[in-house]
Amino acid sequence: MKVLVPVKRVVDYNVKVRVKSDNTGVDIANVKMSMNPFDEIAVEEAVRLKEKGVATEVIAVSCGVAQCQETLRTAMAIGADRAILVESADELQPLSVAKLLKAIVDKEQPGLVILGKQAIDDDANQVGQMLAALADLPQATFASKVEVADGKAKVTREVDGGMETVELTLPAVITADLRLNEPRYVTLPNIMKAKKKQLDTVKPADLGVEIKPHLKTLKVTEPPKRSAGIKVPDVATLVAKLKNEAKVI
Amino acid sequence: MTSLVIAEHDNATLKPSTLNTVTAAAQCGGDVHVLVAGHNAGEAAKAASQVAGVAKVIHAEGEHLAHGLAENMAAQVLAIAGNYSHILFPATASGKNIAPRVAAKLDVGQISDITRVDAADTFERPIYAGNAIAVVQSVDAIKVITVRTTGFDAAAATGGSAAIEQAAAAPASGKSSFLGNELAKNDRPELTAAKVVVSGGRALGSAEKFNEIMTPLADKLGAALGASRAAVDAGYAPNDWQVGQTGKIVAPQLYIAAGISGAIQHLAGMKDSKVIVAINKDAEAPIFAVADYGLEADLFTAVPELTKAL
Repeated sequence: MKVLVPVKRVVDYNVKVRVKSDNTGVDIANVKMSMNPFDEIAVEEAVRLKEKGVATEVIAVSCGVAQCQETLRTAMAIGADRAILVESADELQPLSVAKLLKAIVDKEQPGLVILGKQAIDDDANQVGQMLAALADLPQATFASKVEVADGKAKVTREVDGGMETVELTLPAVITADLRLNEPRYVTLPNIMKAKKKQLDTVKPADLGVEIKPHLKTLKVTEPPKRSAGIKVPDVATLVAKLKNEAKVI
Repeated sequence: MTSLVIAEHDNATLKPSTLNTVTAAAQCGGDVHVLVAGHNAGEAAKAASQVAGVAKVIHAEGEHLAHGLAENMAAQVLAIAGNYSHILFPATASGKNIAPRVAAKLDVGQISDITRVDAADTFERPIYAGNAIAVVQSVDAIKVITVRTTGFDAAAATGGSAAIEQAAAAPASGKSSFLGNELAKNDRPELTAAKVVVSGGRALGSAEKFNEIMTPLADKLGAALGASRAAVDAGYAPNDWQVGQTGKIVAPQLYIAAGISGAIQHLAGMKDSKVIVAINKDAEAPIFAVADYGLEADLFTAVPELTKAL
């Protein structure tokens, strides 16, 4: 079975972003970009399924600007077999991405789609669920363990208060949580090999998807700043401050 | 204009997150209806009918709705979605699981984790791990929303007297099934609803130390226990204690961070707390930049001392 892994190019998680002074967005010019960390986990899981002989081919997909090719090369260096870039300079909101991915799913017919649970830029946590809805597939979000056998996937999910296990009929959509696995480091020889792997580029129009925004961003602002606190010399002072000044205990 | 709140419940009682979501729904304008979908969920529906500000409760019963599977729950919401201008879920694991599925089927965008309602179509939501706040306007006819519960006060759980209407259960998808769960048992307040949260980080060094040092302090304060991602990944604390961008978002009266450096991903989950106390031996730890009271000390001596002093 084929496994499809959508990946997103985002501002590196170590970068502290700044809001633009005209409040139109955050300043991402000249900022380091990387693969969304949850997507790395998704790629790793797909590659592990291939190494176990469950998957036959791992296809990475990214939607966005031409530079997303770098993200796809990273996915192929981890072990994806080939990649598809859906190139668009427009702002792609989750529903649009889900529609593009649905078109790819229709074409490639994967047995499993593994995504990250959320992207660390828009923090939306929507695409996997939306794709599952559009393609009419069952979903298991926030996965921390995946077992595939006999046309079914048994997935342990991280939920409020603990874990739950669900069983899905394949094909299905899974979104990866942090603890699903530890993604491997890409090695130089694999980066070189990834350069030779197949990368196809398509446009949204080729897939018959019209990109339209559902949300208009009116303004982006800095979060309210916390006023500077104080350092206390010892525990006794801390307790006194909490009791008398902050009155929280 | 009427809003629909999807109740989160365990079939017997409503989860507190439902109450915060009702408040957000009321701010969208118009009547507030609540959908209670579950199995033997009569008690939960009754509880929902008593919530102040709720005009009607819709109760759907079905064995396949027992565990809140996204496929079945989304179908249930979609069966009545056409009657509403706003459909709101708490931004919990359950709400986040179902809401996008509903939105996609309605061909509308979904607005995640709102922290404020500016107008019936305009909302505020944090992006980039809370480092920026976006004001977004929905252009869709139906607004599908998840509500960050710490951004809204809880509606009063009593004082309402809404009518309960039975709704036919939507059929099961048959593509997914619930096998079982493993829920942590604890008598502590729920992390996201606690007035005081005591959190430990990697500096604790082991699960035993975490328990030995942090638990007495939490007991003393009647606090919920939280943890940084590092502590969770190292196995010192269970997953569902994780506070941060990808864990729980908390905003208690008092948040005590012990041995937590304060990575932006962690701060995203707790920086709206009223008072933040940091205990860390590294004077340069970023946590001190958001702490109201910082104590530069070894947590292995400071925390027990604090416990004793309370």
